[in-house]
Amino acid sequence: MIKLVGVEKTLGGQRVLQGVDFDIPAGKLTTIIGRSGEGKSVLLKHMIGLLQPDRGQVWVGDKEISRMRGKALNEVRKRFAMLFQGAALFDSLTVFENVAFPLREKLRMKGAEVSRRVDEKLEQVGLAGMGHKYPAELSGGMKKRAGLARALVMEPEIILFDEPTTGLDPLMAKSIHDLIVAMHQRFKFTAVMVSHEIPEIFGISDWVAMLRKGKIALMAPAAEFVKTTDPEIHEFISVSGPVSLKEAAG
Amino acid sequence: MMVARVGAWGISVIQEMGRMLLFVLSSFAWLTRPPLRFVQIVKQLHFIGYKSTFVVVLTAGFTGMVLALQGYYTLRKFGSEGLLGSAVALSMIRDLGPVLAALMVTARAGSAMTAEIGIMRITEQIDALDTMAINPLQYLIAPKLVAGLIGVPLLVAIFDVVGIYGGYLVGVELLGGNGGAYWNSIASAVEWKDVYGGILKSISFGLIVSWICCYKGFFTRHSAEGLGTATTEAVVLSSVLILVWDYFLTSVLL
Repeated sequence: MIKLVGVEKTLGGQRVLQGVDFDIPAGKLTTIIGRSGEGKSVLLKHMIGLLQPDRGQVWVGDKEISRMRGKALNEVRKRFAMLFQGAALFDSLTVFENVAFPLREKLRMKGAEVSRRVDEKLEQVGLAGMGHKYPAELSGGMKKRAGLARALVMEPEIILFDEPTTGLDPLMAKSIHDLIVAMHQRFKFTAVMVSHEIPEIFGISDWVAMLRKGKIALMAPAAEFVKTTDPEIHEFISVSGPVSLKEAAG
Repeated sequence: MMVARVGAWGISVIQEMGRMLLFVLSSFAWLTRPPLRFVQIVKQLHFIGYKSTFVVVLTAGFTGMVLALQGYYTLRKFGSEGLLGSAVALSMIRDLGPVLAALMVTARAGSAMTAEIGIMRITEQIDALDTMAINPLQYLIAPKLVAGLIGVPLLVAIFDVVGIYGGYLVGVELLGGNGGAYWNSIASAVEWKDVYGGILKSISFGLIVSWICCYKGFFTRHSAEGLGTATTEAVVLSSVLILVWDYFLTSVLL
């Protein structure tokens, strides 16, 4: 579904990505892990064309997007949605207006149909009746839920999650993970998530990739990933406690 | 070493100017593509124009009053108090109106524009627009540029009228000058080319304010310090450019 070939990127004089090659399987939830500052979010932004690689290619389906601009890139982006680290809700709009935003702006949808779809999504993420609130009035977890509702409302093929549980307490983080899994199972989109939530992500991911020194050190189904013999990766994933896997993972 | 440094600085300045030019040209290009962001333009006009009215009226009133006060005592030395109206009106229409109104808009609306766009950059709201295949230049920037182009000339018109009335209040009502002479000197001294010149200046100042403030906000560095720096730079650069451009336009229009 998404394929990166030899992607290199230097930011602020630092070589962040040094030849990333990997292939995101369609319809699966793939999580990218790695130490802080390794460039996981940078990698994610390459997949949707928010950043262009200095070298290498980024394929989305049969389209190579690394040199795309304007209308052609926007056509590819219609297949995507992204949940940002801080949810990136428009703070001048209410939750309802935020979720309705892509429907109104991209589909030119109006009136009752917008209300129906927005209310449906808000209910699915557990924010029924909260549409009138502004982002500043929401807790961190509620913002992420609203961001997820906005990401889901266009029913995209691919959703990118940039550290969706950062800054949340463990219970709230778990509820967001559960919500992502439930939505993934229901809508069958291709999900790519950047996360530090180890070992929890092994319980929700189909595939796991580790970014180390600007390259993918290991990418494997979650069940195989945990069996790695690489001492550095083993230490990285086991330092926070025992790993439990997703049921029927892979 | 020194030459290399100066060269590097020169290149970075030229690159920055190129980026700024591309930024404004792209924004205007996006304006011609559907959908027309009419609601956004009206919202921005309300913010830049209507909400700046109070501060512009206040500044205009006192500017006109001070001009009349200074002008009256100077002109009286030559027995020319009757020319007070033309002195106030010409100063207002040709120069002070456009410059002071644009500086007030920079301070009130320009800084807020930079901060708003900068916060949207830092909190990834601009990236979110991109991911939704909505061009931020079309959705965010172009309406602000249009609002600046329309709003500032209208504010300048208000500034001129209020300033002239402020001058009347002091020159005629307070200092006892002749009211008929005040208005008559304005009618005989002010020509259409003075008014056109003022309009031309106000349109270009409107573009400068919205262009610089939007640009600085759009390319804010990702930190609170970066946002503060961007806002300061936007206000300082806009104000300086307004004064410099005023000099060049005046020398051409005279």
